[in-house]
Amino acid sequence: MANTYIQIGSTVTVGSGGAANVEFTSIPATYTDLLIKFSGRSDQAASNGQDIYIQFNNDTGSNYSFRRVYGTGSAAASDSASVSATAGRVGRVTSASSTALTFASNEIYIPNYAGSTAKSISIDGVEENNATASIMVLNAALWTGTAAITSLKIIPLATSNFVQYSTASLYGIKNS
Amino acid sequence: MATAIEVNCATGEVTERELTAEELAQREVDAAAAAARKAEEDAAAEAAAAAKASAQAKLAALGLTPEEIAALSN
Repeated sequence: MANTYIQIGSTVTVGSGGAANVEFTSIPATYTDLLIKFSGRSDQAASNGQDIYIQFNNDTGSNYSFRRVYGTGSAAASDSASVSATAGRVGRVTSASSTALTFASNEIYIPNYAGSTAKSISIDGVEENNATASIMVLNAALWTGTAAITSLKIIPLATSNFVQYSTASLYGIKNS
Repeated sequence: MATAIEVNCATGEVTERELTAEELAQREVDAAAAAARKAEEDAAAEAAAAAKASAQAKLAALGLTPEEIAALSN
């Protein structure tokens, strides 16, 4: 079991202008694992919320894949993509169509982030919004990069923005 | 104007800046890719739903009850 759980940097709270992305840079290599806690909402309309994405070390190449199961509240399904995406899917946000002032919650866990192998990521995300459709996901993602992760960027779908009061926190874990 | 928020974990400094021209261009590329991906996913979901409905109709035509069809589907 992990015996440390240290916040790296500070918690980001998106301001009134929204944000196209949230990035943590100069991540130290002194931990074994990373954990991101992200609470977010998109400014775009979408009936079932939207996916969010991650890029490591500013890598925009086709080096990310994912596999996930999800439930809408009335049905369950799964989907996947081989290593062809330019960012990894790592959870959900509520959208402008969701109940006002509701935000999705996501935990994004990255073990062995400073190692020299591909980086696996496990994610659970929920977007309860007091409505009929409310997706929850259990998601595995992969970045094929072998460099230590020194920066990561959380990105909303397409050209949308994270709205005010979305938050992101990064934690380092030792001895996991 | 779209902005990015950056946390420098070494210094603790949080900065908010406008996206660069390169980042804006990448955003457009990502948007196009996302739209294409969503169209593929929607088409696949529609095809799967149509196949399921067709299969259920054929089972009903063979005389299976709705309960029996549901049992096969689960």
